[in-house]
Amino acid sequence: MKADVPRISYRPKLLLGLAAILVLVFLALLPLYLGIYQTQLLTYGLIASIAALGFNLLLGYTGLLSFGHSAFFGIGTYTVAFLARDAGIHSMELYILIGLPIAALASALLGYICVRHTRIFFGILTLALSQVLYSLVLKLFWITGGTDGLRVTRPSLLGGTLTFTGGGAYQRFVHAYYYYVLAAFALCVVMMWVIVHSPFGKALQAIRDNETRARFLGLRIRRFRWIAFLISGTFTGLAGILWVPLNGVTTPDVTLYWPVSGDIVFTALLGGFRNFTGPIVGGLVFTYLKTYAVATTEYWQFLLGVVLVLLVLLLPTGIVGALSALVNKLRPKEKIA
Amino acid sequence: MSILIIQILNSLFYASVLFLIAAGLSLIFGVMRIVNMAHGTLYGIGAFVTAWLVGRAVAAGMPVWLAFLCIPAGAAVVALIGAVIEPLLLRPFYRRAEEYQLLVTFGLLLILEDAIRFFWGGLPLTADAVMDVVPSMHIGGFIYPGYYLIVIGIGIVAALGLWLVIYRTRFGVLLRATSQDRRMASALGLNVGLVYVSAFAIGCFMAGLGGAVIVPSQAAVLGMGIDALILAFVVVVIGGLGSLQGALVGALIVSFVRTLMIQFAPEIELAVLYLIAAGVLLVRPTGLFGSA
Amino acid sequence: MILLQTIDLRKQFGETKACDGVNFVVNQGEFLSLVGSNGAGKTSLVNLISAQLTPDSGQILFEGKDITFSPVHERIKAGIARSFQIVNLFDGLSVFDNVALSIFSREGKAVNMAALADHDHAVRAECLDVLGQFGLRDKSAALAGGLAQGERKLLDVAVAYALRPKLLFLDEPTSGVSTRDKGQIMDTVSSVVRAGTVTAVVIEHDMDVVFRYSDRIVMMHEGRFLADGTPAEIRANNEVASILLGAPLST
Repeated sequence: MKADVPRISYRPKLLLGLAAILVLVFLALLPLYLGIYQTQLLTYGLIASIAALGFNLLLGYTGLLSFGHSAFFGIGTYTVAFLARDAGIHSMELYILIGLPIAALASALLGYICVRHTRIFFGILTLALSQVLYSLVLKLFWITGGTDGLRVTRPSLLGGTLTFTGGGAYQRFVHAYYYYVLAAFALCVVMMWVIVHSPFGKALQAIRDNETRARFLGLRIRRFRWIAFLISGTFTGLAGILWVPLNGVTTPDVTLYWPVSGDIVFTALLGGFRNFTGPIVGGLVFTYLKTYAVATTEYWQFLLGVVLVLLVLLLPTGIVGALSALVNKLRPKEKIA
Repeated sequence: MSILIIQILNSLFYASVLFLIAAGLSLIFGVMRIVNMAHGTLYGIGAFVTAWLVGRAVAAGMPVWLAFLCIPAGAAVVALIGAVIEPLLLRPFYRRAEEYQLLVTFGLLLILEDAIRFFWGGLPLTADAVMDVVPSMHIGGFIYPGYYLIVIGIGIVAALGLWLVIYRTRFGVLLRATSQDRRMASALGLNVGLVYVSAFAIGCFMAGLGGAVIVPSQAAVLGMGIDALILAFVVVVIGGLGSLQGALVGALIVSFVRTLMIQFAPEIELAVLYLIAAGVLLVRPTGLFGSA
Repeated sequence: MILLQTIDLRKQFGETKACDGVNFVVNQGEFLSLVGSNGAGKTSLVNLISAQLTPDSGQILFEGKDITFSPVHERIKAGIARSFQIVNLFDGLSVFDNVALSIFSREGKAVNMAALADHDHAVRAECLDVLGQFGLRDKSAALAGGLAQGERKLLDVAVAYALRPKLLFLDEPTSGVSTRDKGQIMDTVSSVVRAGTVTAVVIEHDMDVVFRYSDRIVMMHEGRFLADGTPAEIRANNEVASILLGAPLST
């Protein structure tokens, strides 16, 4: 007996879209009230959120904890640097158009090695991999500039229509670049949202929850993990691509060295890795947290370590997880619709 | 020919150090099923503590052979640190998902790395005095530090000692029983908590000993822990996590490849090692001696 | 028509012979019960057929084709599915998503990342239909981890059923469930399965359930088949009765 299929409720999605648009408008208006330094910081925060979103596809949705995402971040930054130095390219669009496939290719290759394993071995392999890359970039200094790194001058935006030279160029660049990154951020959020709510996203979560049963549904576990790894690395690579024009220089220590991977892990944990918005919140909050920590004490790494341990002990679901638990407690008991 | 012998001895020397670190990591994993991300940093602490102790001993005018005792002393300090860490920081997480354990030990890594910087600053610390007191040998036309042979000896003793403890003592039986089935062991009245903290302390001792024996030949520097951790990871990936033989064989392979690469193409040393590890995993996904 | 056939299947664990030369034949359309005491080899046999174990020797033929060493996903594609004795669900996903995933996987749509899972009308309709048949429709939005035990068992079967297999193995679908719920579960399972013309093999310990619902009963003992027949034939078999119940059944 076939009952009527109830129509798909669009209301929750409309409300979500509305909230997202409001947040976007808020973010778009912020630079009008913030100085250059704060705008730049916020840009870094958005970039960190993009990296965290990519990372969390693996952790939150696929159940794989990678300690080597700095590799993709660094691949992004160094690709841009090489394009600038060796191909004379100074267009942001070209950086993205060429850099993304390279990040994707690298993720595909590295993922092939790593996803054959789970849990501890996966963590070990990803960490080791990122450090192999670090040591290569460090030691092959005649190609990569070694510890001094490579400089990247301000690129042109929007197909060369926006260039930044002359007086006040820095301020204009920071301002324009913020909106550029904001647009990229919005796109990334939408794309990731679709991905995690797609059949693919559900399959990943199933594999995370119960690998055996997923296999007995006919899902090819390794293939799904590999695709997730590919997407994850590409997003983080994009973050690197967006980061380096703002920072102006890429060195192995701030892109490929293991603390960068640690930072990315931190952002996911801080925001909460079982929620979609967790990494976004984490990326933004962490950027401010770290800036404050670095400014306050020489031993900010110690501070971060302590906060990390406290997070795991006391707030394992992160900021967003804790907030949503709070909201659920306050909401009157209603039937699960 | 003499150069070959020297290279072999160098490899064995480094293999001893790697074995100490990797065996500690494997022991902890074998008994407690956790990977301590701060394990390399503990090795670093061993190096720094030992170098500092040696410096103090020499400054106090102690006979240098007494300064030799700084080596086990340094390792013991690390073991003590481990004995404090395990019940405080790790025990709350055994019931939790594995990710949280990795995250906690990663946080520990951050804390300890900066702790090293706090106590000893950013400058390298040496303990040459210890190495200098050991007579050198002549191999072919070359002078070779006798200290390296002592370290090789320590490595062999450690391997044998661990094997004896794990497979020939009552404590070893407790260790193996607890690693097989924690709940069962507990139900049988074994003090699982004691077994855990002992196993962890022994593992940390090994890591500390690795740092302690290497520092007379190589200055203690910031970041040495991470470099060692990566190599230790490669060792256990090749040899298999939780296996003593695996740590030995893995350490030998990694060390010999490393010596080879340093001769011919030092920049890609780590890349080659990683490729070898990846290759081993393709054929034996749990490493050469690992269990599924 | 013979759907599944094992030829001299053997599997040993150390000293224990889990399957000792098993020649198992399943005909299309049957509702078959596989019974035997604990350790008789029932679960091992099902594990061998569903690719969770590889046999030491022997063959497994499905629809005439040799699947002895086929990987899991190929056997599922061929039309073999199973549910699990210890409930094996995706606890973090909703009841709806659990079943929908089977359908997505079956249709080859599970890799699709460019469309929202909720918005696939065909999958949605079929999923709600299946849930309805199993009486879980009004729980579709609840998390699988939060259901009562009986509902979880039904969901476990529904997830396997949604793969629309030709041959469905049900591993103790009523174990761990109260006696009152057992009947309800088996009523649902057997009516859905028969209506869907799925061939079913049920591992069961509860002999009341077995006698009430099966077309055919196969009994295993120490890795070998001891008896094979209709409920009436089995009931009359004294050897079976003494092994299963310790004394011959009085009719």
